[in-house]
Amino acid sequence: MTGVELLPLAILGGVLALDVVSFPQAMLSRPLVAATIAGAFAGSAIHGLLLGAIVELFALEMLAVGASRYPEWGSASVVGGALLASAAPADPMAPTLAAALVATLIISWIGGWSMYGLRRLNGVLARRAIPALERGEGGAVARLQLVGLTSDLLRGSLLTAAGLVVLAPLAGRVAQGSGVSPTVFGVAIWGLALAAAVSALSRIVRGSPGAGWFLAAGLAGGVALVATR
Amino acid sequence: MTAPAPASPTSPASATALPPATWAAIYLRSLAVQGSWSSELLLGPGVGFCVEPALRRLPGGVGGEPYRQALARQTRYFNAHPYLASLAIGALARAELNRVPPVQLERFRTAMCGPLGSVGDRLVWARWLPFCSAVGLLAFALGATPGAVLLIFLALYNVGHLGLRAWGLRAGWRSGLKVAGALGAAPLRQGPIYLARGVAFVAGLVLPLLLAGAVGPGRLPLAATILVALAIGATLVRLQGRVEGWRVALIALAGLALYSVR
Repeated sequence: MTGVELLPLAILGGVLALDVVSFPQAMLSRPLVAATIAGAFAGSAIHGLLLGAIVELFALEMLAVGASRYPEWGSASVVGGALLASAAPADPMAPTLAAALVATLIISWIGGWSMYGLRRLNGVLARRAIPALERGEGGAVARLQLVGLTSDLLRGSLLTAAGLVVLAPLAGRVAQGSGVSPTVFGVAIWGLALAAAVSALSRIVRGSPGAGWFLAAGLAGGVALVATR
Repeated sequence: MTAPAPASPTSPASATALPPATWAAIYLRSLAVQGSWSSELLLGPGVGFCVEPALRRLPGGVGGEPYRQALARQTRYFNAHPYLASLAIGALARAELNRVPPVQLERFRTAMCGPLGSVGDRLVWARWLPFCSAVGLLAFALGATPGAVLLIFLALYNVGHLGLRAWGLRAGWRSGLKVAGALGAAPLRQGPIYLARGVAFVAGLVLPLLLAGAVGPGRLPLAATILVALAIGATLVRLQGRVEGWRVALIALAGLALYSVR
């Protein structure tokens, strides 16, 4: 991947990573959105969307609650969506899809840790700024916000760029590997993604009276739709 | 300059109205309320940053003693769901302009942390977001174009997101320190129940469609995928909170990938 190809994706990764927590939390960073946009940047929105839909099933299981550490899907989905779209696989697609998915999951894991690191950095800066904050200095508040937002943007951009540079060659090797059949890859990808969705769904249904009946009705409707298509 | 007499926290009507430009500034800033999130002060500096445009209207303006004291109070430790923080921001802006005694403001900030966090997490992260995701996935499974999928998901989600922030600011300003009552509003109380049913129904529709679209017509891959999904899904449900699907997938798929290129 050349620098010219890398730069817009790194900026996109930064902007979408910023959306996860810092600004504006409009869910542009959800895999469904981020991977599709990255796919469009890399030449194939439809491939980005495919990866985004699969990662979205995993993301459903995770709650981004308060101070907990969770995967950072924004920049990770940019990496995965771009890798899949730039390979633009025809048939069989499953090995390339598996490689892009592994890359996404690795970056989301590192991204979660990098967000934790950023929070610690923000903490150090906040502690230093406390005297100025206690004096009610508006400039100190604005500086803290600006530094926090800029650091998050940089974090996402660097993570995306590093992810693409390091993982693109590895993903390419997996796509060309022949030790596992595409069918096995396909079964593993979709089986695992749907398992995560089942786990997420069970938490929602168990905590809500009557939701189980709605799930049953939905499943019946879904099977009927499949049968009529 | 003579400071206005402290108002009773139960008389929010004593604050003057804010001009639209100030509201716009507060609203835009509320989108970055977590911009400097840290484990020390959490949302504190963010709340101060959001309330600041209103504080400029205190006697003495920017840099005046009332402004400085109020800003110092509002940047201290605070925690809430980022969207529902706007409820506190509206209430605190009004209370500061009403010159409510600092002790009462501090008590209010402490009391609001828990409810604003739990109500928001339950309504938004645990219900509204999964509902919108399921609708987006349904559009994908039904063959919508990438642009249409994005538009459906983002428009639906952000009607709720941006609307909730705007409602929070308005309700907070209207109610002042009595804003806790707004948290008992029917959509916040009953919303998660109805949304859970919505998520369950839409996800029920999506799962068979995704399965059929992904695996294709072959019976063996279809059966294998269902088997993997049910077996691992049941394990994940059993170990919920300890094991997450994405970690299992990372290990399994990385193992397969390594085996593939051996």
